[in-house]
Amino acid sequence: MEITCSQVIGGTNSPCLAERQNSIITAGKTKNRIHCADDSIAGAVSQRACVFCGARVVLNPITDAAHLVHGPVGCASYTWDIRGSLSSGSEMFRNSFSTDLKERDVIFGGEKKLTLCIDEIVQKNSPPAIFVYATCVVGIIGDDIIAVCKAASQKHGIDVIPVESSGFISGNKIIGYRAAGNALIHLITPKEGEIIQKTKKINFLGEYNLGGEKWLVERYLREMGIEINVACTGDSTVASLKQVPGGFLNLVQCTGSMHYVARLLEEEFGTPYIDVNFFGAYNTSDSLRRIAQEYGEPHMIEAAEHLIERETERIRPEIEYYRTKLTGKRAAIYVGGAFKALAIIRQLRELGVEIVFCGTQTGKPEDYEQIHGMLNPGTVMVDDANPAEIERFLIEKKVDIMAGGVKERTLAHKLGVGFVDHNHDRKDCLAGFDGAINFAHEVYVTCCSPVWKQIRAHPDWEVYHE
Amino acid sequence: MLECVPEGPVEHTIGKINPAKTCQPIGAMYAALGIHGCLPHSHGSQGCCAYHRMHLTRHFRDQVLASSSSFTEGASVFGGAANLKTSIKNIFAIYNPEIIAVHTTCLSETIGDDLPTIIKQSEIPEGKRVIHTNTPSYSGSHITGFSNMVKSMVSYLAEATEPVKKDQVNILPGFVNPGDMREIRKIVDEMGIQMIMLPDTSGVLDAPQTNKYALFPDGGTTVDEIVDTGNSSLTLALGSWASDAAGAMLVEKCNVPCIPLRTPIGLKATDDFIMTLKEKCEVDVPKSLTVERGQVVDTLIDTHFHYQGKKVAIFGDPDIVISLTEFVLTMGMIPKYVLTGTPGSRFETEVRKMFEEYQVEGSIVKADGDLFELHQWIKEEPVDLLMGTTYGKYIARAEDIPLVRVGFPILDRAVHPLMPITGYRGCLRLIEMVSNTLLDRRDRDASDEDYEMVL
Repeated sequence: MEITCSQVIGGTNSPCLAERQNSIITAGKTKNRIHCADDSIAGAVSQRACVFCGARVVLNPITDAAHLVHGPVGCASYTWDIRGSLSSGSEMFRNSFSTDLKERDVIFGGEKKLTLCIDEIVQKNSPPAIFVYATCVVGIIGDDIIAVCKAASQKHGIDVIPVESSGFISGNKIIGYRAAGNALIHLITPKEGEIIQKTKKINFLGEYNLGGEKWLVERYLREMGIEINVACTGDSTVASLKQVPGGFLNLVQCTGSMHYVARLLEEEFGTPYIDVNFFGAYNTSDSLRRIAQEYGEPHMIEAAEHLIERETERIRPEIEYYRTKLTGKRAAIYVGGAFKALAIIRQLRELGVEIVFCGTQTGKPEDYEQIHGMLNPGTVMVDDANPAEIERFLIEKKVDIMAGGVKERTLAHKLGVGFVDHNHDRKDCLAGFDGAINFAHEVYVTCCSPVWKQIRAHPDWEVYHE
Repeated sequence: MLECVPEGPVEHTIGKINPAKTCQPIGAMYAALGIHGCLPHSHGSQGCCAYHRMHLTRHFRDQVLASSSSFTEGASVFGGAANLKTSIKNIFAIYNPEIIAVHTTCLSETIGDDLPTIIKQSEIPEGKRVIHTNTPSYSGSHITGFSNMVKSMVSYLAEATEPVKKDQVNILPGFVNPGDMREIRKIVDEMGIQMIMLPDTSGVLDAPQTNKYALFPDGGTTVDEIVDTGNSSLTLALGSWASDAAGAMLVEKCNVPCIPLRTPIGLKATDDFIMTLKEKCEVDVPKSLTVERGQVVDTLIDTHFHYQGKKVAIFGDPDIVISLTEFVLTMGMIPKYVLTGTPGSRFETEVRKMFEEYQVEGSIVKADGDLFELHQWIKEEPVDLLMGTTYGKYIARAEDIPLVRVGFPILDRAVHPLMPITGYRGCLRLIEMVSNTLLDRRDRDASDEDYEMVL
């Protein structure tokens, strides 16, 4: 089915935007490449965010740093502890620091206030590093946060790192990931004369320890005789991040946020990287095998196989149980990046669920090629979908369950569609073999909830309208 | 979280740590959702709009639609006029709302976009409306943004079209939950008074499941109703921070007299609200409300020993905090710390006056404060109960103090937006929450021999 401009969107009987045509394609039927990473159209109810948002989610899990948002208070309020990154130590990162710029600061510049805020934080909390995030206004009034941070670093003898994340630079979070990446490299790069010794340990890039996922993978690797040097950035500390150059290998999980950093680390420190994915049993097994092969040590390969066999056997009965309940259900996926989309596609398939709709906010052309290859003919793919488009395909494709983020949840629920959170709001560990069970359980709970039977209490009742 | 506030007094004079407010645009967006068939539009970067929608969705657990001008670097250099014009055209083409309510952001304010001119130059289909308000994020708070948007609704739309004022009252409910707006409407209905509520998010953000998805749910004040507010014979502005500006605009533009009242939370504020309606509209208070009031007093008598004399810290938005402070004083509790993140010294003046009236000594009140300060005060001298938003949960845990969740935002509990804290029903709910929370704590802390079946 080709999507054309004359087709209706949602319940509004309005034509869809001609500009959006190329952002929607159907697997198996369309030869065109999907248009993505375009800027969103002005006036669209986009699910996308901004550069600041991207930078903030990447850096915020650094536990013992102070994260100071330089701008009016809103940007700090909305990002205060919104991500379930767990810490084994410091909780400093869960505080919200804002320079709270007021009108006179916007007129006369906010540099002085920024300096005073940094001074106060150092005096009160003496964190090992402070990240200073630029917001829209700061970019417009031209505060030189690089100079302020440099002066503060010298004055206090700690890392004060600017993050150039003015929101207007782009509506694509990937640009924000890059700003965060630059800040990370700033922190990681050894000071002159410092040498970080190479080890046999592994760095785990793009892992944010949501629901303790880093800890779970750490257990697996330890069983294989491999230690994690540091994760970027889940449950990391400033001191541990400075050991990144000592890593033997970089694992890249969230490719959207961390490929950039992995490439820079390869250039700078000669550390090779491989892409891994710990969502679902299949991906976990595959990743563990490839990590063992990178080390090339027979006992590691053997340990990996042993672990995979044992864990697969352990979870099989439960997965089978959920599979009997879920086979034939139809799913829609709309998530931030392609990494997540691919992981969810595999996992839902393992549960016998058919994917009928898939979209991302920030997928790149090659990501969509890969997604395209994994989907059945007829599956709709949309880049940067707006709610009207999501609604339309949820109805048209008779979806039973949707996987997405906070903004999609209520939309799905209003249409009587089950929902599973695969975004920052989730609290349960979805990684590894345990995560496969947790995910299956979540899908089952929402797909097979008795609540859906209550939607029409009595066939004669009109659906209640005010 | 728990380690940020050091032991002992430390000076905190600059910036905010753990803010008790957020920025203007989200308030404007919330107000605009209370117009029927309205798409709120954020004139700024995409992130603002995404954050506001996410935040509101987390609080209300309902769909929040809003569009963005999607500023890029170009728009930030050359101004956002083209973005807004394209947005208006696209919004009417795709979503087809009755009205678009545009609010600015710190970005478009700093650039200096001239919204009235841009809107005048935009293509607006016949019968459709575009209104705007200025919401610079660097002044005031989300309450200021709410107030500005409601004021703009009046200045754009309200008209005195009739020669004689109608027998109807405008009710400006302020920044409260849809459940509160329903409760206020119920009271006015029971008194047999014709009313227009502006804005009204009931039916929008507490919409029932219908198995159909409506871009624009059934609720909200219609544009015609907003026009007609200019013909009403009276406006009651509930909560001065959120509603006074719109009330004053109705006086100025349409010559509708306005009576400012406190948000009807607690016994006295609800009494004042009902007595004002009774006097001004010359109606009797129906028996149903007399019964409700009697139930509140009866419950206060039955439970007063559970909470009387307990010290409480209250934080949140000024209108709600002022009324809550009065209610806890009525309940015989001691409001030890009263804090709002919204700037403005008249908050302090008003609360201090209540302290004097009830002869409360040694309590602290502060506007433009943050939760770091509140936490510091509590460390210095603890309280028995904390009342405020979800953001209080860290202090509650660190200091082992029970928290009653009230206000905006509440991100970790459901159902609350449907349950009123206003009116007499709201009094009962507040008494229940406060009293049960303290009793739960007593049960939790009781030793085996002190653990009792009957309390």
